[in-house]
Amino acid sequence: MSAATTTLVPFEDVLATYDPALGLEVHVELNSATKMFCGCPTEFGADPNTQVCPTCLGLPGAMPAVNRKAVESAIRIGLALNCEIAEWCRFARKNYFYPDMPKNFQTSQYDEPIAFEGWMDVTVPTEDGEVETYRVEIERAHMEEDTGKSLHVGTSGRIHGADYSLVDYNRAGIPLIEIVTKPIVGAGARAPEVAKAYVAQLRDLIVALGVSDARMDQGSIRADVNLSLAPKGSGVLGTRTETKNVNSLRSVERAVRHEMQRHAAILGGGGSILQETRHWHEDTGVTTSGREKSDAEDYRYFPEPDLVPVAPSREWVEELRGTLPENPTQRRARLQAEWGYSDLEMRDTVGAGALTLVEETIAAGTSPAAARKWWLSELARRANDAGVELPALGVTPTQVAAVQALVEGGSINDKLARQVFDGLIAGEGTPEEVVEKRGLAIVSDEGALSEAVDDAIAANPDVAAKIRDGKVAAAGALIGAVMKQMRGQADAGRVRELILEKLGS
Amino acid sequence: MSAGQDWTTRTAAELADALAAGEVTSVELTQAHLDRIAAVDGSAIEGVHAFLHVDAEGALAAARASDERRAAGSPATFLDGVPIAVKDVLTTEGMPTTCGSRILEGWVPPYDATVVARLRAAGLPILGKTNMDEFAMGSSTEHSAYGPTRNPWDLERVPGGSGGGSAAAVAAYEAPLALGTDTGGSIRQPGAVTGTVGVKPTYGGVSRYGLVAMANSLDQVGPVTRTVLDAALLHELVGGHDPRDSTSVDQPLPDLVGAARKGATGDLSGLRVGVVTELQGEGYQAGVQARFTESLDLLVAAGAEVVEVSCPQFVHALAAYYVLMPSEASSNLAKFDAMRYGLRVLPEGVPDPSAEEVMRATRDAGFGDEVKRRIILGTYALSSGYYDAYYGQAQKVRTLISRDFEAAFAQVDVLVSPTSPTTAFRLGEKLDDPLAMYLNDLATIPANLAGVPGISVPAGLAEEDGLPVGFQVLAPALADDRLYRVGAALEAALHARWGGPLTPPELPAGLDRREGASA
Ligand SMILES: [Zn+2]
Repeated sequence: MSAATTTLVPFEDVLATYDPALGLEVHVELNSATKMFCGCPTEFGADPNTQVCPTCLGLPGAMPAVNRKAVESAIRIGLALNCEIAEWCRFARKNYFYPDMPKNFQTSQYDEPIAFEGWMDVTVPTEDGEVETYRVEIERAHMEEDTGKSLHVGTSGRIHGADYSLVDYNRAGIPLIEIVTKPIVGAGARAPEVAKAYVAQLRDLIVALGVSDARMDQGSIRADVNLSLAPKGSGVLGTRTETKNVNSLRSVERAVRHEMQRHAAILGGGGSILQETRHWHEDTGVTTSGREKSDAEDYRYFPEPDLVPVAPSREWVEELRGTLPENPTQRRARLQAEWGYSDLEMRDTVGAGALTLVEETIAAGTSPAAARKWWLSELARRANDAGVELPALGVTPTQVAAVQALVEGGSINDKLARQVFDGLIAGEGTPEEVVEKRGLAIVSDEGALSEAVDDAIAANPDVAAKIRDGKVAAAGALIGAVMKQMRGQADAGRVRELILEKLGS
Repeated sequence: MSAGQDWTTRTAAELADALAAGEVTSVELTQAHLDRIAAVDGSAIEGVHAFLHVDAEGALAAARASDERRAAGSPATFLDGVPIAVKDVLTTEGMPTTCGSRILEGWVPPYDATVVARLRAAGLPILGKTNMDEFAMGSSTEHSAYGPTRNPWDLERVPGGSGGGSAAAVAAYEAPLALGTDTGGSIRQPGAVTGTVGVKPTYGGVSRYGLVAMANSLDQVGPVTRTVLDAALLHELVGGHDPRDSTSVDQPLPDLVGAARKGATGDLSGLRVGVVTELQGEGYQAGVQARFTESLDLLVAAGAEVVEVSCPQFVHALAAYYVLMPSEASSNLAKFDAMRYGLRVLPEGVPDPSAEEVMRATRDAGFGDEVKRRIILGTYALSSGYYDAYYGQAQKVRTLISRDFEAAFAQVDVLVSPTSPTTAFRLGEKLDDPLAMYLNDLATIPANLAGVPGISVPAGLAEEDGLPVGFQVLAPALADDRLYRVGAALEAALHARWGGPLTPPELPAGLDRREGASA
């Protein structure tokens, strides 16, 4: 079997034989000021074991008391995921021994989660520029406490072979919400992308709710990826593995892809999948076996007797529903109506990741058409060239609005505006400062302009003759020549007027 | 004997009055009790051995502070300056807390239990920590890792358990007051067999924050005293809501002291008393039954109406209890793993032990047999595949027992029974027979399962062995005041009959006080 695990099956071949099923368990560390069951602060980065008390250290005799703010966040997450909110639920003890867990049980929720039976629509762009939507069913979202953090000191850096281990209990007791999907089937070749898109959209939702720092790199969002393969068209679920430590969006996609290829290799070689935890290695892009787990392990759950049930009143739940940010689908429909975009224009805007940028640009006074023009053509191209996401380009919606205002005020034209963006990206200051420093303002000196028009007429007698004969359309050639001489810094409309004036047309 | 002996035989209420009248200082009172402890407590080898730790220095410092407050005309409370003993299962900042276990030997908690903080704030000098069955698991205090406590009425006999230390300390005049904890009878049963008063308050009536849990859904802290009034005074002092214990009841306590004073007038007219059919008869010692009947007659004489009430589900209480309690305990005791505090034992012959191996070796060496027995029972009962048949079923029994209580309290104001089926048994007599030991709590367990309050009041001595018998009164949840009214009335009637409280025989003094000796 070990040999089979090293030779992965090409991705396309996996899909020819198997249907993948995904499952995602995402832990969200809440940003409440205090821990789940005590008053200790939750700030990241404090000296080890300075944010602890008898309760989160699990000292004999200490008792938990539920943080209402954490319950509130859990309910808001549940509502945003279209879940039912329990009228009555309890915490439960999940019993197992581990040195970073102070009580040797984790206070969690078992068969009575605070939120259950929800969904989230996940959109994945297709190659032909369309958007496909997958509805991810949410099984549950429950509250629990985080564990401490072990540091294994020694050459291996892991628990095996460590000289000694240190434990920091600052993280112990920080509130977590665990969000568990139902099996996601039917994604086929898009399974890796759907997994990534789900986690990305979930992260955006958490950010919009303001309940977590949502930093995957700091572990405030942690994803576990469950994957199984079943014979194509069989409609059953195969044996799954649970891959932990998947701590970036890119890794989510890669880990799914890797596990699909690895499972296929084992199954294709006549082997069977061992239900186990696997560890994701960011550097090598592979998973390795962790402890065997889960259904084999018996956590001896039972209701936490030190806590009274959580029974959120329906009034409170409705009050919290009123605090939810608009959901993405509703928001898009509203903005499209407000802006008068076609379906295609809207899809391009969303696809380019420019929705919020365009919205903020419009809010700063720019017309919807102009905002779209700048972000989707000029700036999207530059972002693409630079290999960065649009928001990371370094141009803000306020700046784009200021550039457009300069165009509309006649100070610059579209062509000059492009040079202003160069300056903005190069960090040369505000749009006005860039115009000033680069000397980009349109010349409104009639004398210089008149001279340039005369020069152009003299240099192009044939064209001038056509215009004199009434072929006004031919003026374009002269305008181009004038603009060239003026290095673009002229108002093309005024140039046209002058030409027609001088040629008596 | 000296004046010291004189002060130690007084009740807490009398001591408080004497302090208020300036007849004595807290330092004198505290010293008198420390002297008494020095004279009779002894060690695991001989003597009462009620204390695992005596804090003379701390108690005297608190007594001096109390005297200063009183001199300044501002005592903190009525009991300011009256010393107290605390069961070793309650955390005390700066004072060892072992729970009677080797695994916590030498552990000094960095924080006070809420009840201990309330004692300190109220000005009561803490004399020390009292002996108990390891992690409160037992009915004789013989399961203490530090050797048994002996019953002051007969040093060859057990003082009950798990709170035998607190009960014996109060019975032996080593302390006027003590705190105990009651999970299945650990305050009331020792009270019964040592001739003291013990109260298990309504579940949630007293904060459990800082009580090292055996079974969180059953444990309660309560008073151990020599009179019903003293118990009411102490109960009011430590009781009431605590935000650190979310299972504590967020409403004011009833007027307990008022109820005790009212009861002491001896008038129970209008009171309906139910005798629980299932808590008498077979298995109850003749002398226990006789004293119980005598007490019933006194209640009738005081004007109460006595009827028989059946609680048919009570027969299942012991079985349900021995599933639920070990289940919770098995999880509670998981934290004792040598990683953060307490005992650490390295496995022998293992050159580079892993954390798991150290945990295993420590728990093997640090826990006694009864604790291991219950961890195994509880782990089994919670295991997948067995959960429904054991834990789930026991929870159902618990609900049925609560319904029995509800139905009974619809008919009567209080229920009564003998507290314990027998008087104190001999040291070692039941040590090797866990089931016989468990039967001691037959009458006390239903109250814990249903969360209702109960009191044990001394009801005299059994004729056949001359040892104390307890009379139990149970009331509906939150109606703890009824315990005090009925208890005080019975106590007044009995004292009138006996010509005062019953006192244990003189104890030998000048004992071997070597520490660490095992019995
Ligand atoms: Zn804490």
